[in-house]
Formats: sequence, C-alpha cells, structure tokens
Amino acid sequence: MSYTTQTQTLTEAAGEGAGNEFLAFTLGREEYGIDILRVQEIRGYEPVTRIANSPDFIKGVVNLRGTIVPIVDMRIKFNLGTPTYDQFTVVIILNIAGRVVGMVVDSVSDVMTLTPEHVKPAPEIGTAFDTDYLIGLGTLGERMLILVDIDKLMSSAEMGLIEKMAA
Amino acid sequence: MTIDMSQFYQVFFDEADELLAEMEKLLLALDVNAPDSEDLNAIFRAAHSIKGGAATFAFNDITEVTHMLESLLDRIRKGEMALTPEHVDAFLVAKDVLTMQMDGHHHGSSVDQDAVDSVCQRLKALSQGIVADAPAAAAPVSAAAEAVAAPVADADGNYRFRIELPEVPQKDIDALAAELGLLGTITQETLADKHAVFMLTTSESQDTIVAICSFVLDPDDLKITYGGAPAAPQAVGAAVSPPAEDPGYGIFEPEKAPSAAPQAAPPAADQAAASAAPAGEAKNWGRRATDKEGGSQESSSIRVGVEKVDQLINLVGELVITQAMIEQRIAALDPLHHERLLNSASQLARNTRDLQEAVMSIRMMPMDYVFSRFPRMVRDLAGKLGKKVEFVTRGAATELDKGLIERIVDPLTHLVRNSVDHGIELPEKRRDSGKSETGKLILSAAHQGGNIVIEVSDDGGGLNRDRILAKAKQQGLPVSDSMPDSDVWQLIFAPGFSTAEVVTDVSGRGVGMDVVKRNITAMGGTVDIRSTPGSGTTIAISLPLTLAILDGMSVKVGEEIYILPLGYVIESLQPAAVDVKEVAGQGKVVKVREEYLPLIPLYQIFAIEPRFEDPSQGIIVILETDGKKAALLVDSLVGQQQVVVKNLESNFRKVAGISGATILGDGGVSLILDVSALLRSSRQLNADPVFF
Repeated sequence: MSYTTQTQTLTEAAGEGAGNEFLAFTLGREEYGIDILRVQEIRGYEPVTRIANSPDFIKGVVNLRGTIVPIVDMRIKFNLGTPTYDQFTVVIILNIAGRVVGMVVDSVSDVMTLTPEHVKPAPEIGTAFDTDYLIGLGTLGERMLILVDIDKLMSSAEMGLIEKMAA
Repeated sequence: MTIDMSQFYQVFFDEADELLAEMEKLLLALDVNAPDSEDLNAIFRAAHSIKGGAATFAFNDITEVTHMLESLLDRIRKGEMALTPEHVDAFLVAKDVLTMQMDGHHHGSSVDQDAVDSVCQRLKALSQGIVADAPAAAAPVSAAAEAVAAPVADADGNYRFRIELPEVPQKDIDALAAELGLLGTITQETLADKHAVFMLTTSESQDTIVAICSFVLDPDDLKITYGGAPAAPQAVGAAVSPPAEDPGYGIFEPEKAPSAAPQAAPPAADQAAASAAPAGEAKNWGRRATDKEGGSQESSSIRVGVEKVDQLINLVGELVITQAMIEQRIAALDPLHHERLLNSASQLARNTRDLQEAVMSIRMMPMDYVFSRFPRMVRDLAGKLGKKVEFVTRGAATELDKGLIERIVDPLTHLVRNSVDHGIELPEKRRDSGKSETGKLILSAAHQGGNIVIEVSDDGGGLNRDRILAKAKQQGLPVSDSMPDSDVWQLIFAPGFSTAEVVTDVSGRGVGMDVVKRNITAMGGTVDIRSTPGSGTTIAISLPLTLAILDGMSVKVGEEIYILPLGYVIESLQPAAVDVKEVAGQGKVVKVREEYLPLIPLYQIFAIEPRFEDPSQGIIVILETDGKKAALLVDSLVGQQQVVVKNLESNFRKVAGISGATILGDGGVSLILDVSALLRSSRQLNADPVFF
C-alpha cells in the first residue's frame, strides 16, 4: 500500500496565506485542531491488542483492513479527560509520512477553514501540549481551536511511535 | 505481401532473452569431460532458434554470431570435435556478445563491435583449429560443415543460393520470385520434372529465404543449396546428416502446417533433438518447433504489479475474516433447521482457505531466482583471479517474498565476490596449507524458525584477526586486543575498511561491506560472521519475515493470544509440581526428560495478569533455538494455524520480544513472539524483570 505524502508543512501553508482546513476534536474540555490532510479516516474504537511493556498511552495495535496500526490515547498522554471506551469513543486515523497511526479522542466536531489571520501565535503557557508541537490558536467567532502540529507531535521521541526519526 | 515485422520484435526479444539465459545455464552445468548430448542439443537448439528469429527480423549481426556458434556446436554435439573448456569459455563470451547485440537492437544501447569481431574470430579459430587437427576422421562431414560455414566467410557479404521448389502453381512461383527478388538478384529456371529452381544472390541468410517461402509452401519440400552447383544438389540437411538422402520426411510427415499445429510441435522438436541425425529440413522444423515452444512459455506467465498482488492479499485477508465472522454467527443456529445454510457455509470456509493459500503463494519466489545468477559470476571471477572454485548452492527452492528476494541480490553479490577474492586462496597456497586446490563456495538458504537465513560460506583462509585489529587501530576505530572474535569480525563492516593487500578491480576498496550491512539492516535483518583461520569464513544473513507465511501455534496468557512460530516448538506439556525447581538467583527450572530447562514465564515478561502462575497448572512449551532449549510458561494452547506475518515496524516501532504481528480470524491482531530474543532474555530475566 502506498500513500502520497504531502511534504508541505502546515506552517508554510499558513504563511502563504491560503486557507487551511482543520479537523476539530475535543480532549476533555479543550478543543483542538489538526490539518485535515493528515487525517485518513475516522472510526469508532474497537478492542486493541495490547503491546507489552509500552507506555500507558499506547493502547496497542488494531487491524485496519490488513494493516497493523498502533493506537494512542491522547487523553492519557496529555492527562485530559477520563479515558472511557464506549460506542462514542472516536479514533482519528492519521497518515503521517506514510505511517498510519490511530489517535483516540473524546469527540470530533467538524472541519473548520482558517485563514492565517485567524491564527494567533500560541501562548507560552496554558495547554497540555508542549508549545513546540503547536502551530497557534485558531479563533473563529466564539470558538478557539488549539492547532497542533500533528506531524511533529507524532514523530517526536516523546511519543515513541517511530524508532528512529528520519534526519 | 509486405508484413510489418516490427510488431513481432518484442516477442523475439523476450524469447531470445529466455533462450540466452537457458543457454548460459546449460553451458555452466556442462561437464566438459563427459558432456551430456541432450544438453549439447539443447544449447544448439537455443542458438539455432535465436539465429532463425534474428534472420527473420533481419538482425544480421546476431545471425552472423549465432551462425558461427551454431556450426561449432553442431560439430561438437555430433562428436566430431571434443568439447574443451576453451569452447565453453568462447560460448559464454558469445552469449554475452549476443546479449549486448540484442540490447543494441532492443533498447538502442551501444554495441562494442570489437567484442563482436573478437568473438567471431575466436569461434572461427576454434572450429578451424580442430578441423586442421583431425582432417581424416572428419573429412566427409567437415566438408559439409564448411558448406554451412562457407557463406559467412564470403568476403563480399553476398551468398548464392539454389532454391529448388516443389510442384506449386505457377502464380505462387511468380509471387515467390517477386518476393525473393527483393532480397537480391534472382534468376529462374524450370527443371525437366517441372520443378522450378531459383538462383538467388543475396546478403540474407537461408533462414530468411525459408521464412519467405513458408508463406507459400511447406518448407519441408524446399531444397536450398549454397553456391548453386546443380551437379551436386546437396540439401542443407546433408550438412547435418550426409547419409540421409531423403531426410526428415519420415519423422515430420504428419505435421504439414507449422502454424496450424504449434502445440504438437515441441515434442517433435525433442524428437528431432533426440534422434542422432536430425535431417536438414527437420532442423528447420526443429527450430520452428522450438520457437513455438518458447512462445507458449511466454504466454504461461504474466507480469503483474506487486501493488496489485498486495491489494489482492489484503482483500483475501478481509474475506477470510468476514468468513470467520459468518461462521461464528451461524454456529448458534439450529443445525436441523438450517442444514443447507450450514453446509454452504462450510463450503465457503473451504473455498476461502484455498483461495487464501493460492493468493499467498503468488508473492513467494524460490531463492533460485537469486542463486542462479551466481555460478556464472563465480566462474568468471575465479578465472580472472586464477583461482579454482567449486560453487555449490543449497536450498535454492526455499521460498522468500519477492520484495526481499530482489533486495537481497546486491548484498549477496558483494559477499560472494568477496569470498572468491579474499576468502578462497590461490591454488598454490591452498596446496601448501594441505587443502585441495579447488576452493569450495557454498551459498545456502533455509528457513530457520521465523527467519530466513542465507549463508555465504567458503573454505578459504578465514579472517585475519590481527590484521583487522591493526587496520582498525590505524583508522582510529575504538578497538582493544581483548575484543571477542565476533566483535572483531563486525569491524569489517565499518565504512572504508578493507584489509586486502592488493586492491583489485574485484574488491578491496573497502566499499561494499558497509553497504552490505546497511542494506541488510534496512531490511530489518542481521549479518553474522563466523570465521576460523585457515578453514574458512561463513557470513550468515538472517532476514526477518515481512510477508512470509508462518506456521504458528497460538498460545493464551491471561486475555492475550500470542503466536509462537511452530519451527521453534518441540513439545508442550504440563509439568508435575515436583519437576519445577527454584534455583537461587536464577529463577525457576523445569525438569523435562532428565534435562533441566530454564523456565520463562511469559506473563512476567509481558506483564500480563495470568490465569495460572504455577507452572504445574499452566502449560509449558519447550522451545529450541540456536541449540538452546527453554520452557515457556503459558496458560493454555489455543491451536495451530498458518498466519500471515505483518510488519509491526511499518507503522510502529520494534517491540522487544515480538517479531511481528498477524491478523486472527476474528479480525483482531495477535503478536508473534520472537523466540530467540525470549531465550536470550531468559538468563537476564531475574536481574531485570522487564527484559529490555
């Protein structure tokens, strides 16, 4: 199976002034956004196969149409909300640099189009995420999305999903 | 009657490629002292088929080389000439030249004309040399053979043919005359018995003429002679079998329409080859028949993109899972009321399993695909270096995923080359050290548990520990004299490392081993070196399975199901409580058949809540790897099944103790245990419960 990888990074796209589409999801009471182009699909949570001796937030692996996909629970990773698994639990399947990863979140709301004017730089404090992994804060009307640089986050050593990061 | 021949070019190139490969294989397998006449015939047929095809498409340069090759081969196979290593060498070179010419026509790549000329000279010299040596014995036949060879020697490039036609309608004669007239100058006369005779002066070969004539009449009835001396009308067939006055008619009578009966033709070709004196016409027949044979081989395989196969495999996997789900659902139904549904479902299960097996086998290819390219390389290298090497391959039928097979070629080439260049010593040196002059190079492949192990093994001088250490120090690598051998050997994989005294064009520049290591590591494999000074070096490449199919035993611990590669499993049993003993500081051992084996509790390694912590309540599975045994404690055995190994690392990282994953019938994922790693860890287990 081959995937096309979009090399263009979010920050570049934002800098060019083109509107970006973000998938909005919630973790606890916060609303986050990730680049829609990294999202392969959204599915319900299904039982995983546990991987021994891995961190708590790595739930395990599932079979996604013949591909073995690791599932990470962002709620555990960032201590947001209570990790419950029921028929409403949502898994966002991401495709990052050809790797497929599933991310458990509380819920997915909608897709928002944000222009660079809507994106404010991220404050130094206030989120569970290291600011390194943030693009900024996207505000549209009443809503505020914390925009996450999902590529950077998922390939970080902190997540431990990828053994050796490509230089 | 002009036909656009270019549409058939591709068929010719494909066929010729196959024939050339076949020819090389046969040549290499040929025992010079006692050549198998069947093999010689096969080589001859290959050369002849190429010649025929090339002539049809007017690739005159190819025709010329094959023609000489063919004449020489013809005499050898008839025993007029003894086969010598020089012949085999010359044939191999000729094969290379032909490949080059073929590429020239096919892809427009450049053709080294000097090489072509030199091989022609060589072949000519060989065929003439022997004639001069044994003129008396071969006199009648060599004259005939010269008749075959004569046109090639013709300086102006034009040959004169006398073509005697059978009885055909006048309009066909006219049509033929017009068509043949395009090839050169033609004159026509009619014999007393109303047979028409053409005298044709042309630069084309006889095969071209036969090809043209065969549109109108049966080539069997055609008599073509060189030089056109009507006083001695010697059929071409006479060149092959002088005594046969009316050659070939008997054998080939039933087959009058070559294009109409291609299927029947191959046996005829074999028959022709088997008979000691195939007649001239039969020879042409034989060529046609072989062509057809090649053609049918062509159509018996198709090229398909690997992605398509992968997609197919994934889809079948999904189907299997769906089928398993249906099976689970209907298991609850009353068998009396739903008998027919249940029958259909069990048939579906069978069919699905067959389908899955068939699909899986598509991607697997025998190692022979890689191994077959080495005999030639080793032979040439050994010749160049003045060494004597016997090359042996083992386990060529071992099947490996196509993706891996293609990627293993380059590393293996490096290793084999290294073994011939550095490993195996010169004959004198070998004799001095009391070994046979001929070195042995073994290339083997075997499934070992969940891995494929490919070994390149030579009985040469072995690695020189001191020299490697000295070189490493010189290069500033961190080494010490007390390093274990295995660590020292790994040094040769360092970039730029070569201890060869002389840099040759074969190897010794120090590029190679690091690339080998890098390529193999990239495939997720490991390289191990075993070397004993004076008695040889073995380099073992161990590749993990990516898409290999594995016979697995599923075991349950707590709620988890793991797969054990069946190759490692010796037996499973429930030990008596008295057989389990605690060894201070060493964990538990279990006594099985008077042998104490270390006990590896899987629940402890994977931090699972087990059903049984007591070995006498659970099941122990005795595993063996690298000659070491251990007992793995699990809760229960679930079953045995073939599983498709999926790579965990493609989307995740490597997990200690796990070699891969697979998808179970219910769609869930099950992890495959890395038995070697488990056994290695068993010793450190007590010191550190989390073993990595």
